[in-house]
Amino acid sequence: MNAEVAAAPTAPEKKEFWRWQENVWVDETKDWKTAKVVTCGIDVGSVSSQAVLVVDGELYGFNSMRTGNNSPDSAKNALQGVMDKCGMKLEDIHYVVGTGYGRVNVPFAHKAITEIACHARGANYMGGNGVRTILDMGGQDCKAIHCDEKGKVTNFLMNDKCAAGTGRGMEVISDLMQIPIAELGPRSFDVDVEPEAVSSVCVVFAKSEALGLLKAGYTKNKVIAAYCQAMAERVVSLLERIGVEEGFFITGGIAKNPGVVKRIEKLLGIKAMDTKIDSQIAGALGAALFGYTLMSKKAAA
Amino acid sequence: MIANYGYKDGSGEYYISIDTDKCIGCAADRACLTACPKQMFEIITDDYDDEVAWIKKPNCRTLAYDCADCKPSGGYSSLPCIAACTPGAIKHSW
Repeated sequence: MNAEVAAAPTAPEKKEFWRWQENVWVDETKDWKTAKVVTCGIDVGSVSSQAVLVVDGELYGFNSMRTGNNSPDSAKNALQGVMDKCGMKLEDIHYVVGTGYGRVNVPFAHKAITEIACHARGANYMGGNGVRTILDMGGQDCKAIHCDEKGKVTNFLMNDKCAAGTGRGMEVISDLMQIPIAELGPRSFDVDVEPEAVSSVCVVFAKSEALGLLKAGYTKNKVIAAYCQAMAERVVSLLERIGVEEGFFITGGIAKNPGVVKRIEKLLGIKAMDTKIDSQIAGALGAALFGYTLMSKKAAA
Repeated sequence: MIANYGYKDGSGEYYISIDTDKCIGCAADRACLTACPKQMFEIITDDYDDEVAWIKKPNCRTLAYDCADCKPSGGYSSLPCIAACTPGAIKHSW
């Protein structure tokens, strides 16, 4: 046996650098047991699932987790996670609205509403009634939305044909670079000169280009910067198709990546609105708020 | 509401826009449904409980090919869906 081959170290255990942090939260200052109306929104996306609880029209708690290979189970698990945190049962929830890619597969939902309408409604709650342009950068699609002061959609555009400009694209680069996905954004600023963007039309091309740049001597941070720039250019081209108005709000997991957000802001020349609420729950939050409105209308009738 | 159905890929932008405000209570008796040779249009109840036309999901990802026969190179001088929609709710981006 070749001595060099025999002495070669075993391959290190494969890490999943793309894995993002799951999150469950409940507002301890509120007591759902004294609430008149409890509604729930469940957003079953292609990559992540969220369950949001709204009590009397106000955000109470949420659970954000990865979507498994079974949409009904993902919906159940997401809801169970937040209900366990606050000691609630399904019977305590008055109305459930499903949204997202798997919205028709939420077994206990009373109604299904598209994620476009729900993101607009959620962004309106998170950013206030000044929100007019919403960019949702989801796991496997990207949406540009205009809404009015009530969060009603006035114009939308969705691109779900390819992964360019989506969270999945960022996960691919995270794995390629072997850098945890949460570190990509900050590291993209640690470059001496801002590089040219890699391909913005295809994640597969972008991955090939990134590999080529690494071989050409680019640092990992510089390649990440080139990819963040490509993502920004991609989504800005979508936004420009419907136009961008002041009151710009970003939802979805990529909103947590400053490397992409700052570059989008630079390209557009406007700053995205800030929020203290997790940007990933916008769709589910909007769904829960729709549920609250429907319950209120029913009570008034 | 302006609803854009379609996509952007390496070869260009392919969107069909439907102005739902003009589509609600259609004055053309839903002529788009029969005008499209590929029968891509469908009437749905949207999130705000309005009955409007949309493009069927599978067609949203293949518009460049689905609409090719109706473009000038296919022998049409005007697109059948746009001609049929007298309220002027339908537009093509390409």
